Amino acid sequence: MTELRYLAPTSLDEAIGVFAKAGSAARILAGGTDLLVQMRSGVLKPGVIVDIKKIPEMTAIEQTADGGFRIGAAVSGMALHDHAHFGKIWPGVLEAVNLIGSKQVQGRASAGGNLCNGSPAGDSVPAMVAAGAIVTVQGPNGRREIKVEDVPAGPGRINLKPGEILVSFALPPRPPGSSDAYLRMIPRTEMDIAVVGVGVSLTIKDGTVTAARVGLGAVAPTVLLVEDAAKALIGSKLDDAALAKAAAACSAACRPIDDKRGTIAYRTKVAGVLLKRTAAIAAQRATQKN
Amino acid sequence: MAKVHVTTTINGEPMEFLCEPGDTMLDALRGTLNLTGSKEGCASGDCGACSITLDDRLICSCLMLAVESQDHEIRTIEGMANGEKLHPLQQKFLEMAALQCGICTSGMLVASDALLKKNPDPSEEEVRFWLAGNLCRCTGYDKIVRAVMETAQELQNQEMRAQ
Repeated sequence: MTELRYLAPTSLDEAIGVFAKAGSAARILAGGTDLLVQMRSGVLKPGVIVDIKKIPEMTAIEQTADGGFRIGAAVSGMALHDHAHFGKIWPGVLEAVNLIGSKQVQGRASAGGNLCNGSPAGDSVPAMVAAGAIVTVQGPNGRREIKVEDVPAGPGRINLKPGEILVSFALPPRPPGSSDAYLRMIPRTEMDIAVVGVGVSLTIKDGTVTAARVGLGAVAPTVLLVEDAAKALIGSKLDDAALAKAAAACSAACRPIDDKRGTIAYRTKVAGVLLKRTAAIAAQRATQKN
Repeated sequence: MAKVHVTTTINGEPMEFLCEPGDTMLDALRGTLNLTGSKEGCASGDCGACSITLDDRLICSCLMLAVESQDHEIRTIEGMANGEKLHPLQQKFLEMAALQCGICTSGMLVASDALLKKNPDPSEEEVRFWLAGNLCRCTGYDKIVRAVMETAQELQNQEMRAQ
């Protein structure tokens, strides 16, 4: 029987050292809301647990000089919720993060963990994709940046190299007239896994969409960036024709599974419906006068 | 087996204990520390029966390793009453029979207390959404929600009288 070791390094360099050394037996502990469940069910038997919460960079929420945000990978949903400004600037990212589990789970669960868990249905991921978030990862060969949409590799798999740790999310500064939204379809009113999740981020100037990004979850092996949907919205006044085209692009991007939560036909149709609703909320937020 | 030595604060008292690296906080509370008020329901973060606060933040103790409590502050249902005097939520749960078998009750109380500390005047909808992570298989939630709403009202009235 291998014995489990718990390590809580206080610097990133130290964490990368012990994580890389332990190889495939090591697991990162952020909020632990996925890891502990997987350990208990016997899916995972890690030899070393590396708790990253004692590394200041991992738990910090910073507003950068350019007006963007840097969010540590282990910041909990509730900590993000309690931040004075974040939810005003990125309401869609915040609502996505705050749909993960119960209040108890949100007290621990992090966007970093949600992304690294590799679930196609992770709620924060489509919203982060729509936000254009860039993640910083660090490993034995140094630090690099990746687009958030390039992190998922398939159900339960991510494109991080051996020994690499997700450090933080960088969200870009927002021009005036920008906002975002996230909606998901679930069979219950609370606490369930998304059947479809849509994140939309928009910039609107004089009634016309000048920038848009669309993230789509739970309808393919990974969360998707739907560029065709964004193209349909950009340049439009969010009229019915543009929304119909963007909805069709979302449905076309779907490669869903057929399961008890939703059939392929249902998920594909709902992806388009949710795109329209999510875009409407993002637009309303982007154009409301403060 | 190499046990880990943990120094923490539980219900305001400095505490030291030994645990296995893989033990959950719930294991440590119910086993080593003999604080059995936190209940184990699902052990996967779905039922909320093991709710505690960690540095004043509501969490499931089944989803936290005991070693993670090092240098942090834990509060459990055992720290809710003031000596023999029940917390207003506990008193109201009793008066309004907001429980049947009682397995979910300590988690409901800890979660409700965390809500009222954050939001002293919640709407019914806010109470229901906040308590969505606490499952009860007997009473059907209505009595629990009403007890939380009434306690909030009473505490607000007391506050006004005190001013």
